[in-house]
Amino acid sequence: MEYYRSHVLVCGGTGCTSSGSATLLKLLDEKLAEYGLEKEVKPIRTGCFGLCEAGPVVIVYPEGTFYSRVTPRDIDEIVSEHLLKGRVVKRLLHHAKQAETAVDLSLDEMPFYKHQTRVALRNCGVISPENIDEYLAFDGYKALEKCLLHMTPQEVTATVIASGLRGRGGGGFPTGIKWQLASKSESPVKYIICNADEGDPGAFMDRSVLEGDPHSVLEAMTIAGYAIGAHEGYIYVRAEYPIAVKRLEIAIEQAKGYGLLGENILESGFSFDIHIRLGAGAFVCGEETALMVSIEGRRGEPHPKPPFPAVKGLFDMPSNINNVETLANIPPIINKGPEWFRSMGTEKSPGTKVFALGGKINNTGLVEVPMGTPLRTVIYDIGGGIPGGKQFKAVQTGGPSGGCIPAELLDVPIEYDSLTAIGSMMGSGGMIVMDEDNCMVDIARFFLDFTVDESCGKCTPCRIGTKRMLEILDRIVSGKGEEGDIEKLEKLAETIKATALCGLGQTAPNPVLSTLRFFRHEYEAHIRDKKCPAHHCRALLEYVIGPDCRGCTACMKACPVGAITGEPKVVHHINPDKCIRCGACQTKCRFGAISRQ
Amino acid sequence: MKSLSELEAIRQKTLERIALRKEDRDDGVRIVIGMATCGIAAGARPVMAAFMDEIDRRHLRNVTVTQTGCIGMCRLEPMVDVIAADGSKVTYVKVNPEKARMIVADHIVNGHPVTEYTIGNYADQA
Repeated sequence: MEYYRSHVLVCGGTGCTSSGSATLLKLLDEKLAEYGLEKEVKPIRTGCFGLCEAGPVVIVYPEGTFYSRVTPRDIDEIVSEHLLKGRVVKRLLHHAKQAETAVDLSLDEMPFYKHQTRVALRNCGVISPENIDEYLAFDGYKALEKCLLHMTPQEVTATVIASGLRGRGGGGFPTGIKWQLASKSESPVKYIICNADEGDPGAFMDRSVLEGDPHSVLEAMTIAGYAIGAHEGYIYVRAEYPIAVKRLEIAIEQAKGYGLLGENILESGFSFDIHIRLGAGAFVCGEETALMVSIEGRRGEPHPKPPFPAVKGLFDMPSNINNVETLANIPPIINKGPEWFRSMGTEKSPGTKVFALGGKINNTGLVEVPMGTPLRTVIYDIGGGIPGGKQFKAVQTGGPSGGCIPAELLDVPIEYDSLTAIGSMMGSGGMIVMDEDNCMVDIARFFLDFTVDESCGKCTPCRIGTKRMLEILDRIVSGKGEEGDIEKLEKLAETIKATALCGLGQTAPNPVLSTLRFFRHEYEAHIRDKKCPAHHCRALLEYVIGPDCRGCTACMKACPVGAITGEPKVVHHINPDKCIRCGACQTKCRFGAISRQ
Repeated sequence: MKSLSELEAIRQKTLERIALRKEDRDDGVRIVIGMATCGIAAGARPVMAAFMDEIDRRHLRNVTVTQTGCIGMCRLEPMVDVIAADGSKVTYVKVNPEKARMIVADHIVNGHPVTEYTIGNYADQA
């Protein structure tokens, strides 16, 4: 019997897999067999649903019931209650409180999904990524069919230009124009490259697309190949994404089996092949010129442009390089037309953008919203706000190349130009939320530490300049900042921006510049008053016992260095010279008497 | 190598199987089977299997089979509600696999409820 009355979707993205979804699937199979339901209910491993915070996620269709944080112990109950008897297991529903009123809260009604528009993620968490038939059923490879059989390469490029799609890797360059440039280069051999070297800390948009919908990337690469006249493509994906790599391999194999990849695709006379190249995880290899030399097997170092890849790229041949998310937008644009795409987003930034929400936010996960959505909607309506009743301080976008956006600019619409105007950038889509406990100097230091680590060392401004900046920041957070440090940072930053060879170096000072712009007073407090306003930097911190102390001696016993003195039932005292600021006493105190100052 | 028509056939066939996952699906007819302890004891499982088999054999799309709990008339189990797209509901009682197949053929495919098995008819007789 091929008809199943119910499909149980288990998230097989990296997040849920690491919290045990593979075990859940195995158990589910066993339990379904035990209750004799294996011919009625079908378990399916999908890509990421986006709400990683609630993982492992299990969704039961046709009801669309959303179970979160499912453990192996819960599987028996889901099978015996929901699947066998049709009674929803309420205690496992996401947002248990709302579930008391609604009989069962389905996916579309959840605030997390209600404000989203899923284009690039359209199939993630809906289809099985390891089954080409399911991709086909959701209009898969229809765009390829349309391009190869009914459109000229020029028409394909014109459609993409008309859609206004801009590079989702962060650059924001119009994708169609890029294709046009590459198509104009005369050469018998050209290449299409998919940049899947996602490296920003906390960003995982591309990984989710590759894991959840690998065929959309293959289809788009083939379309791009047809548009520019290339017959070979490379996917440069990092080796840290084993699930993505495995699903890509399966997808390529299946597409070849169906004749949707390889020689004479759909008997159109057009041939296209795709290879996978694994990156070793160097951040600089996400820069296109470095990425291409890495594919060639050489050391991943960037080189100046021009010549641009469209003229002289991989193996010195004209190449077109697009990011994963950009490519995932191509099939729907071809299928539904550029006007449909332009109906979402803003005039200059049409379409949607995927963001990886992380940091101090309730709903950690992956969201896709129309361009122009205010940051506030993403953080409060979709992200569910800041945990623990803390105050929102800033959001960092664009990773190590971007900047921080403070609370007063939360209503700025998200689009390429507006974010650049306030000193941040769209970037690839990492969004890290910070609350009152985050020290902005330390945040800048964290990102600079990252770029210093990841600098390839080819050009002096990036190799030495960022290192000098990091040294100054280290000094400031350890309480040894001097007058003039801020000015030195600014001068170094401007010099590096103007002279570094590639994007990594040119944008490396951005986290410092943007925190200086909006949180200059925090820098000044560190340097002049030797105080960290967020009470975060250890060297500038003092633990103090207040009058609420009952003298219970719990903190004395917890202190690993014996810095706390006092008699029972008398207010204790911390010796700041001995204290190592580990915070153990504060955690132990039951009366909230110990504070950080 | 698949031809265009073969690809289209795969699309249609797979769509039939996964239609219940489509967000914008047109729900069409819902078959709701009482699957509490009383229902199962009275033989609701083979009834459900018969519904599913019949739906599969006739390639009916937009028909979903779901379960519900006990609604209190345990003596009439297995009970089955057939809910049309417009929300109108017909309740069948004491269903067995043969009746199930007939309900699919007459009611769902041809639009004529099998009145002799409905709860109204049963109540009249009693």
